[in-house]
Amino acid sequence: MAEIMVGNATDIADGDHRIFALGEIEVGVFRLGDRFVAYENRCPHHGGPVCQGRLFNRVEEIIMPDQTSRGMRFGRDRHVVCPWHGYEFDLETGRHPGDARMRLRPIPVRISGDALYIEAP
Amino acid sequence: MTDVRELQKITPRSDTRDVLAHAAKDAQKLADTFIVDIDAHVTETAFWSEITDRIDNDYLRHAAKSFRERGGSPPGLLNIQPGMLYQDMFGRIPHGQQSDAIIGEDTHRQIELTRRAMDSMGIDYTVAFPTPMLLLGMHPQAEVEVALGRAFNRWLIEELLPREPRIKAMMYLPFNDPDACVDVVEEFADAPGVIGFTVVSTRYKPVHHNSYMRLYAALQAAGRPLAFHSGFHWGDESMKQVNRFISMHAISFCYFNMIHLTNWIINGIPERFPSLKIIWVESGLAWVPFLMQRLDSEYMMRSSEAPLLRRRPSEYIRDMFFTSQPLETSNLKLTQATMEAINAESQLLFASDWPHWDFDLPRSITSLPFLSEQAKRNILGLNAARLFGFEVPPHKLATVPAPEPALAK
Repeated sequence: MAEIMVGNATDIADGDHRIFALGEIEVGVFRLGDRFVAYENRCPHHGGPVCQGRLFNRVEEIIMPDQTSRGMRFGRDRHVVCPWHGYEFDLETGRHPGDARMRLRPIPVRISGDALYIEAP
Repeated sequence: MTDVRELQKITPRSDTRDVLAHAAKDAQKLADTFIVDIDAHVTETAFWSEITDRIDNDYLRHAAKSFRERGGSPPGLLNIQPGMLYQDMFGRIPHGQQSDAIIGEDTHRQIELTRRAMDSMGIDYTVAFPTPMLLLGMHPQAEVEVALGRAFNRWLIEELLPREPRIKAMMYLPFNDPDACVDVVEEFADAPGVIGFTVVSTRYKPVHHNSYMRLYAALQAAGRPLAFHSGFHWGDESMKQVNRFISMHAISFCYFNMIHLTNWIINGIPERFPSLKIIWVESGLAWVPFLMQRLDSEYMMRSSEAPLLRRRPSEYIRDMFFTSQPLETSNLKLTQATMEAINAESQLLFASDWPHWDFDLPRSITSLPFLSEQAKRNILGLNAARLFGFEVPPHKLATVPAPEPALAK
């Protein structure tokens, strides 16, 4: 495995993400506060460019103690949405909210100073 | 030293070739495979004036034109509900907007968009269907369906088909007016690029009504297949009971084709027009084995109500053609059983539905572990070659099934 510098950490704003092609592999790097996570840019559904999709907060349904619904709202969990078919994945876990077996391939990412390194498989 | 290149986020303005870049890599592995996309879509509202300017009737042509003076230039005469088009999930799936920047004046924008998608997916021929016009069967004015259907057909003949021979069409039949449908068949059956005719399924017309027998006779005589292209309609009384787009969309496509197929079989249309080829488009496949078993079970107890049948309903259904998209694969054992039930090796036709949100790629077929290599080739293109008479390039000619006698011309 080779560690490759792809840019500066400060070039990615909190809540934003960037996508890099490193030879044959494509990787999305996501900033979550002071932390970074990275996933392969390949949707486990049909191979779509999942990391090139938009980020949304997870949608929640408001259920009252008596089990009645009060509609939907955005929660706090951040999702990346594959632009091909809409498959969503939690950025913290890389997993689909309804089927944890459906998950993005995590890629090791490291900060050294301001430099952002990806461990390309 | 590994080269590092940044990729852009995908937006409604992204180039189709960028959106489908991963598909293009897959397509390189299919260079020797003949692929026909039986169901892709144009977005006619992007060039709506080109359609409405071709309306024959001067009153309706004026009515459509007058909408251009209104704010936002709504697509005059269409019966869609723009505020309830939730397909893109509110920005999650942007490609349905087809807002690519097109450079060049010689090529119609739609042709360039279609070429970009075809080349990215490795498709040899594609069949172009409309998009919002899929709801025209629900238009309360039959004469508007006739006028727009005829204008769209003329646009296909004059603008689309002559400029790109890889694009084919199944002409729009204004099914709310049976006589007008016969006129369409008589006018376009032998037109270059026309490979069949389409009924948009989202409607309440009984396909077995006597008024349609002239149409089926004309189609059979012309040797042209008839496609029932399904769609959704949240305004349907049954669909009004579901409160989410996902629920309505999952049921509505199958619902309309189930009703039409049931009427088609139980009223013995296949016995009356035995050479007429039927294609059921854009309802997936999971509903088909359900209907085969359900109709067989009831037919064996109540054959007196279907006296024209000489076989079980499922046997007639096995003679029909189905398009693959949106292919249900969450349970591959069921997918395999379904494909065996419908005799997919000879009756299933690949379809992408591009650029719509639930599109399929050729990999939806090539990735199925239970299909033989020959079955995959048949489904991806050779079945379509047999049905429509497409010429298969020699380097893509693995094995082509024998021509259908009724279509050999």
